[in-house]
Amino acid sequence: MDLSLIADAVVLGVLTGAVYALMASGLTLIFGVMDIINIGQGALVILGAYLSYALSRYWHIDLFLGLLITMPMMFALGVLIELVFIRPLKRDRTMFSILVTFGIAIVIEGLLGLIFSTDLVKLNAWYVTQSFSIFGFYIAYIYLFGFILSLLLLGGLYLLLYRTQFGAGLRASMQNRVAAQLIGIDVERVSALTFGIGVALTAAGGMVFGATNSFNPGSHYDLISRLLVIIVLGGMGSLGGALIASFAMLVVEDVTAALWSPTWSTTVFFILLVLVLLVRPQGLFGQLAGRKQ
Amino acid sequence: MRYRLLALLLLLAAAIAGPLVFSNPTITSIAVLTVIYAAAATAWNIFAGYTGYIALGHAVFFGIGAYTLAIICQDWHVKSDFGPLFLLPVCGLIAGAISIPLGAIALRARSHTFVVITIAMFFIAQLLAYNLRGLTHGSSGLELPIPSWTFDVYNLPFYYTGLIILLLALGTSWWVRHSKYGLGLLAIRDDEERARGLGVKTGPSKLLAFVVSAFFVGMLGGLWAYYIESVFPNSGFTALFDVAVALMAFLGGLGTLAGPIIGALLLEPAQQYFASDRTLTTWYLVLYGALFLGVILLLPEGIVPTIRTRWARWRARRARTGAAASEPPQAERPKPVAAASGDGGDR
Repeated sequence: MDLSLIADAVVLGVLTGAVYALMASGLTLIFGVMDIINIGQGALVILGAYLSYALSRYWHIDLFLGLLITMPMMFALGVLIELVFIRPLKRDRTMFSILVTFGIAIVIEGLLGLIFSTDLVKLNAWYVTQSFSIFGFYIAYIYLFGFILSLLLLGGLYLLLYRTQFGAGLRASMQNRVAAQLIGIDVERVSALTFGIGVALTAAGGMVFGATNSFNPGSHYDLISRLLVIIVLGGMGSLGGALIASFAMLVVEDVTAALWSPTWSTTVFFILLVLVLLVRPQGLFGQLAGRKQ
Repeated sequence: MRYRLLALLLLLAAAIAGPLVFSNPTITSIAVLTVIYAAAATAWNIFAGYTGYIALGHAVFFGIGAYTLAIICQDWHVKSDFGPLFLLPVCGLIAGAISIPLGAIALRARSHTFVVITIAMFFIAQLLAYNLRGLTHGSSGLELPIPSWTFDVYNLPFYYTGLIILLLALGTSWWVRHSKYGLGLLAIRDDEERARGLGVKTGPSKLLAFVVSAFFVGMLGGLWAYYIESVFPNSGFTALFDVAVALMAFLGGLGTLAGPIIGALLLEPAQQYFASDRTLTTWYLVLYGALFLGVILLLPEGIVPTIRTRWARWRARRARTGAAASEPPQAERPKPVAAASGDGGDR
């Protein structure tokens, strides 16, 4: 009985973990290339969820098909944010970027509140309401579909990063911005596109998030706290770390919720994070921040 | 020097007499919140402004102070009126005590990782406030005793208590800025490795500043909770507090003495106005975020350093067009606080 409870929690954790991995990989990618932390990532996820909500509610477009519209929109928005708000920051980029993106998050929250009100909503489709059985438990199809979508997008991201010229430039910019510039990589362009990609991924993440959770414009605080914790645990700027930390977080949460109580599930993970940081301040796969010469 | 002292005394007199002259409760209630935020921004600046570590989790200590006062009043059946005000140092001490382990963990990391860890700590604290129902009653929150003061003078005790805490925080900030200890903090901000190489005990120095700022913020949390008469997990531990305090310090001038106070004087009344006005309140978040973005992008230095640079340039130009042709000794990079109290007098 208990064992199947745990197995069920693990399955659910892995399925949702992939979605968080998708959202967190955008965040950690942006950090790796540009040395900035996008506090607005959570708000952008919620924005993506609301875009899917509007498309499915008013135009009756399927949630997954709608991504073909929302992801390019969010990509454009990401590039725009980079050009208007991030690029002008010259001095103390990391610190100012945190404040600026926090401001962006608040503006998005306010605008969403004005347009959609602060009532909780949830995305709906047949795969949200129907479920399949596994280990004697029922899981909605959206979890499986979201998992597959996340794996596909993460696979695409992998191909983009490791099999294309652009990806080589991006990884070079992650390793050393100045050296990348010296060998002729247009780091500014790479930065804008990276920000766009990171934000475009939130559209997909937001859709799955909105179909598995009810949300309102204020939900982004909860989301960004989880995403930040994931990338800190994995090590800032480490894509592999973000993936592993996402699965770890969601599995730990779901197992705690199944064995103990859902109210404590997030707290247990946070405490785990603090314990890890006591041993490794730089996170699981991060590099120790040294002195900038 | 004498003028500066005079100006400061005049400002202090104005701060003391202000709510007696403008005794309209709507205005004095804005004044109470403004003085609380001015003190919080000053306290935050003692740590974040001087060391350059941008902590976005001080709402933890604000909330701890608020809950401490609420729990003490509830368990000890503290009589209302002035009793809770004398308990504020206890709130500060408890917030300070809790900040020691939190600071020790967070300060092991640098710049951005540090920021993220403080944000994570904020969310842990808020979650705990929701979940430790035995202590905090979860989302139903805690009530504080209601003072029996009459309507027309109701705000005054809160205002003057807040003013006293503000003056204490400002005095501490002034002392830190003018002490050898403060020089060590500024050295950490400029180049931590080199500071350590020169013999600054970086770890304990940072931690002490963190604890001192947490102490003041804890007291203010208690005062705020007593003023609002209740505390909830999402009101005591609110992300907007973190943002507001950082924004005030940035607007006025990070690492300056008067900057955080000027920032609070400009922002908090504006915020109260947005929140109270019926048509503006729906736009409140948008306006606040836009204001935030504007400040960071247009005035990244903050008001005090900008004014100081302009002032120095103006004086230099006047000196050049005057008698002497010699190059004036003008500060290229304005030293953060050297004449901050003078700028406070400019207002």
